Amino acid sequence: MQTFLEAFLVPAIQAVVVVLLMLLAVAYITLLERKVIAFMQVRIGPNRVGPRGLLQPIADVVKLLLKEDIVPAKADRFVFWLAPILVTMTAIAALAVIPWAGTDATLHVLGYEIRPVITDVNVGIIYVLSISSIGVFGIVLGGWASHSKYPLLGGLRSAAQMISYEVPLGLAIIGALMIAETASTVKIVEWQARHTWLFWLQPVGVLLFYIAGVAENNRAPFDLPEAESELVAGFHTEYSGMKFAFFFLGEYISMIVVSALVVTIYFGGWLPITFGLGYLVPAIPAALSGAWGGPGVHLAFGVFWFALKTFLVLYVYLWLRATFPRYRYDQLMEVGWKFMIPVSLAWILFTGVALLAFDALAA
Amino acid sequence: MFRTQELEINMGPQHPATHGVLRLLLTLDGETIVGMKPIIGYLHRGVEKLSETRTYPQIIPYTDRLDYVASFAENHSYVGAVEKLLGIDPPPRAKYLRVILAEFQRIASHLLWLATHALDIGAMTIFLYTFREREKILDLFEAYCGARLTYNAVRIGGMPFDLPDGWVDAAKRMLDEFPVRLQQYETLLTNNRIWRKRTEGIGVIDADTALAWGLTGPSLRGSGIDYDVRKHLPYEVYDELDFDVPVGERGDTYDRYLVRMEEMRQSRRIILQALENLPDGDVMTRVPKRIKAPAGAEAYFMTESPRGEMSVYLQADGSDKPYRVRFRSPSFNNLQALPVLSKGHMVADVIALIGTIDIVLGCVDR
Repeated sequence: MQTFLEAFLVPAIQAVVVVLLMLLAVAYITLLERKVIAFMQVRIGPNRVGPRGLLQPIADVVKLLLKEDIVPAKADRFVFWLAPILVTMTAIAALAVIPWAGTDATLHVLGYEIRPVITDVNVGIIYVLSISSIGVFGIVLGGWASHSKYPLLGGLRSAAQMISYEVPLGLAIIGALMIAETASTVKIVEWQARHTWLFWLQPVGVLLFYIAGVAENNRAPFDLPEAESELVAGFHTEYSGMKFAFFFLGEYISMIVVSALVVTIYFGGWLPITFGLGYLVPAIPAALSGAWGGPGVHLAFGVFWFALKTFLVLYVYLWLRATFPRYRYDQLMEVGWKFMIPVSLAWILFTGVALLAFDALAA
Repeated sequence: MFRTQELEINMGPQHPATHGVLRLLLTLDGETIVGMKPIIGYLHRGVEKLSETRTYPQIIPYTDRLDYVASFAENHSYVGAVEKLLGIDPPPRAKYLRVILAEFQRIASHLLWLATHALDIGAMTIFLYTFREREKILDLFEAYCGARLTYNAVRIGGMPFDLPDGWVDAAKRMLDEFPVRLQQYETLLTNNRIWRKRTEGIGVIDADTALAWGLTGPSLRGSGIDYDVRKHLPYEVYDELDFDVPVGERGDTYDRYLVRMEEMRQSRRIILQALENLPDGDVMTRVPKRIKAPAGAEAYFMTESPRGEMSVYLQADGSDKPYRVRFRSPSFNNLQALPVLSKGHMVADVIALIGTIDIVLGCVDR
């Protein structure tokens, strides 16, 4: 019974906590996005609801909940309903393997072991990639089920786009996995704690991964599926109310997932920001990660550093959106197939040769 | 069992990128355009016919509503035609004021074009930057005539008001910082890889085709034809001022973008010279209370509006109302070339092309 509870009940509670936190995070990322872009565009942004607009996300949620839920007359009702759920579910599911703090932050409550990650599978990174490819179906189905031309074009675009960018997304991280010799999200951070940030060893890898991640999330400058000036709102043109909100939620959680993954794989996850040079003076990272305290302190510090780094990576998303024009569909494909994939393959080759050379020198 | 089918899709009249009520019937093969048919008339108000029942001065406010983002240019064209019809010569100060305001209008209109063109291609920040500068120009217009969009600020025989106190200084302040702002826009766009990819080689129209379709303004000059009414058939005091007419080489969207950017710099140059040489004196000449033109008299007058050659044709029948008024709007002619420009391009290019021909539907439909 004890093991059953530990295997199912604890992760279930953790999952609920994570999902609720994510909903809150998404709500405030939308506010952050509007404020940051407003700042870049010399305007003020939302400032009417609550002090400095801080209650704006709540007002938005209430508005979406109260909106009429319109289903087009000729839509496939079941698929129309299924699509937003698919997008949100897969985005949330990907969060399961993201570690929020180190194993030293494991809490023991009532004899149950609560680790700061919902589950640590040995193929965690590959799990995230595979689950996020299922999310594509949601968008394609949403575009198709609307029975309308603009959403159809939007859905087709994202199908092509997301499938094309899955490939460089997967190829980009292979270098990192080769060096760390693990695909577990926890172990890869632990490797970085012992050595250095993988960012220093994989600068091209992180760039490729981030660009492919932005494209995979349909964010500017790769936001063609919902290019508002051409395809109105793309695949979710016909959606309203909470169904629309679920697409929105899915998109933003995917952004968090990609940012969290970049932080985990390349920027040392929950480790304090010592730019991967902590091993030189071990006292500094120890102090910055609350080594003097118990697991609770470790957890607080781990979550803090992880959240800070994730926020910084997310900020780049907003920055990109305020800066760049949008790629055209065929140009996007060109960048994906003719640039990203060859470069990531070459980078894998380079990493492999470098590793062999390093081993030969060490031996 | 399997077959392919061309997709017919309606873009507009309610579409975020068609700038008003333009409707495009697109035939698509995947995302490639195989056919395009612009359908116009959703904003038709019958201005030309309405004008036949109004006296000459009463028509001026109608012209505001033609090209509503550059209404000064339309006022100017119409009044110029009436003055030509009656042989009135406005005082020199009024001519200078007209040039100054017309060039400010050109900058404001080009800023709006840049804003929407960039926004359609996805660069949303430019939109808010250009509106910051446009706001200052609208403030200048507001200080001059009280209106910000539909000015009704030209009178037959001159200008309604002299410049208010401090106007010249405010204008100079705006012009002083303008080159810095233009440089900011250029930093964001001119050498941006994505921007160049989206505009270079898109909507190429060679000089002969452009002439054949009757393109005018920056859309024609982008194809390399050096034709500007201000230079070649000077009106007001343009022949006394020193300015260049920028032309493109390849006739693509990127060249038209560069041409318009340079035109804003040239407009600034013109305004600075005009402010420098601004003569003293009245701004209004004596005209009869009731303006009548002799029967059978005709006049055709053209100006270079921000969008191209805006001409007005007037025919008089001896009364205080014109017998026939005809507005030759640049937007209408430029729009005709859209199907030619879009041949073989993709859906995403359509919006770049609508932006690059810079049409205003009020002017197309009249």
